[in-house]
Amino acid sequence: MQLWLIPLLPLAGFAVNGLLGRRMSKTAINAVAAGSVLLSFLWVLKTLSTLGVFGGGNPLEQAYTEHYYTWIQSGMLNIGVDFAIDRLTAVMLMIVTGVGFLIHVYAIGYMAHEGGYYRFFAYLNLFMFFMLVLVLGANFLLLFVGWEGVGLCSYLLIGFYFTEKFATDAGNKAFIVNRIGDFGFSLAVFLIAMHFGSLDFATVFGKVQGMPVESSAGWMTAIALLLFIGATGKSAQIPLYVWLPDAMAGPTPVSALIHAATMVTAGVYMVTRSSAIFLHAHGALEVVAIIGLATAFFAATMGLAQTDIKKVYAYSTVSQLGYMFLGLGTGAFSAGIFHVMTHAFFKALLFLGAGSVIHAMSGEQDLRKMGGLRKYTPITFWTLLCASVAIAGVPPFSGYHSKDAILASAYDYAPWMYWVGVFTAGMTAFYVFRAFFLAFFGEPRWQAAAPDAHGHDDHGHGAPHESPPSMWIPLAVLAVLSLVGGYINIPKWLEPMFKLPEEAPGIPWTALVSVAAGLIGIALAAWFYLISPAIPEGLARSFSTPYRWIYNKYFVDEFYDSLVVEPMVDGSRSLLWRVVDVGGIDGIVNGAGKTVRNVGGILKRMQSGSIRSYAAWVVLGSIMVIVAIGIAGGLR
Amino acid sequence: MPPLPPSVPLSWYLSLSLILFVLGIAGFLFRRNIITVFMSIELMLNAVNLSFITFSYKLKQVDGHIFAFFVMVVAAAEAAVGLAIILTVFKNRQTLEIDELSSLKN
Repeated sequence: MQLWLIPLLPLAGFAVNGLLGRRMSKTAINAVAAGSVLLSFLWVLKTLSTLGVFGGGNPLEQAYTEHYYTWIQSGMLNIGVDFAIDRLTAVMLMIVTGVGFLIHVYAIGYMAHEGGYYRFFAYLNLFMFFMLVLVLGANFLLLFVGWEGVGLCSYLLIGFYFTEKFATDAGNKAFIVNRIGDFGFSLAVFLIAMHFGSLDFATVFGKVQGMPVESSAGWMTAIALLLFIGATGKSAQIPLYVWLPDAMAGPTPVSALIHAATMVTAGVYMVTRSSAIFLHAHGALEVVAIIGLATAFFAATMGLAQTDIKKVYAYSTVSQLGYMFLGLGTGAFSAGIFHVMTHAFFKALLFLGAGSVIHAMSGEQDLRKMGGLRKYTPITFWTLLCASVAIAGVPPFSGYHSKDAILASAYDYAPWMYWVGVFTAGMTAFYVFRAFFLAFFGEPRWQAAAPDAHGHDDHGHGAPHESPPSMWIPLAVLAVLSLVGGYINIPKWLEPMFKLPEEAPGIPWTALVSVAAGLIGIALAAWFYLISPAIPEGLARSFSTPYRWIYNKYFVDEFYDSLVVEPMVDGSRSLLWRVVDVGGIDGIVNGAGKTVRNVGGILKRMQSGSIRSYAAWVVLGSIMVIVAIGIAGGLR
Repeated sequence: MPPLPPSVPLSWYLSLSLILFVLGIAGFLFRRNIITVFMSIELMLNAVNLSFITFSYKLKQVDGHIFAFFVMVVAAAEAAVGLAIILTVFKNRQTLEIDELSSLKN
């Protein structure tokens, strides 16, 4: 079936663009970058249809595995480069290559006037390669390879505008925070190798499923929790979510592809993949649910007061990822993956639409300086409306289906979680429509800002303008997907994979309540930002303390700074640098140098330059050798 | 190998070799003319040759002879190269005073 072609095509694109891109025309770079991803997508389609996915029957009940070669063989441990495709992987492959292709096309338009054009597309293709390795890998180590690779690409692309300090800082932050999570993940992999003697998904999960649930020893919980720590890093959950909002420093297509649609869902994918382990560790599963819920809630509150359009969507991403983990934690793995898919559609669309808005505003990202854009960018307006209703959970659009599957499962698990989730859904609808109304309705607030004050614009005209077709066509496709994506019945498709009593079909009123919450959120946003714009300011004034907390994101960044970053920097500076490095290491090195120089200073007097003194030294030396031999008692 | 006169003991040959060698060293160290120094080196080589031959005779083994021949060959080659160097030095510096040939220092 040649599964290896799927990741290798983007890798080839990366190689061509990365090595030769500097001398290639933009058209050629576009063709290589988007073409390789398109071919990869087509190859996914072809593979899936060969496996009978699009026909009837019950395809892919068993995973289809391809073994390429043995990578590591050490003792009992045998790790191969294996790719496997099962129902979960099929869903992820479709999301990654499909949405990825659309975003590549969009980026062609969005990046048209940016420097480092070939570098950008080379990184994007490299990202696609690692992401596909991540979802195709049939063992934990290959998953980890993809996991680290996407982290690297995320770092490279966040810091794409490397002349800007804040962009490189954000890249470093993402990389370092992810290292913390990866540390947990690698510990989990070690534990798995230790206890199961294998890293293959099939072997490990087969052994786990053979165990009775009650036998979930402490180490099973430990493995599950460590895996989840990895997921909190990659998927931006409390306490490691702080990098994702800053990651918006990267170009907008990157935010859409990596930090909304694909990479950040890697944690959800990994936990779902390891569902067998989590189901044997109920304590860990509860932690997943609670962390997910808390993240969903707090990130939503932080999204309420953001003024940067991308930051609003960034907190929204964190919040939606929290929903996914809530779904996983309450046992609805298929609902979690369902939400991954619908979220990929509507959140990619939100970001791409935001990019289109930013493009129209010539680089302005501040919602307070937008307004009234509906007339100027009609396509962006309509597509963003589709995305906003989808994320707000308005039936019958995609977000409604997946979010309600999760909330229903949460209700079965613990009603209080359901209520918090519903409240969060209301907030989600509110902040998304707040951004929407602020950008597209009301009086234009952008005359004040000089149109060419920001770097992005070199078109040389002031009024906002609609984006080129290469940008709005992907928007339109994603808009359609956001509207109808909910009818792709992912939970049914994934049913054979998660051997669970399928959750009772959601009690109708739970769906009604959450829809009502979403509608109330939209109505409130409309009231606050369309009808009487004085209200939010009044509220902000009368609740100034909570508002300040939310506006400053609960001071979490400051808290981490003072708790972790500053002690580390201070410790490095005053102890490691001034004491250990200057005193210890430099002392040893300089000492060695000084010793050699002093000895040399003495010995150099022998080099008098007079040949006869050299001759004398030779004679003296031979006499000493003879004397030494004599003292030692001859040569024998 | 014809027999040596029995009245001459082995130690005489070795003593002669030692005297020649020490003379060579002394000349090597204390003479200033390069040619003299060079001749002193030849003297030392021949002193060594003499002791080789002596031991070779005493031990009734041919190894010493072979070594002596080697030394002679090397000495001949060395004399050729050495004299050539000395000639060149004299051409360039108009002196054979060994203490003045220290331009490589500093």
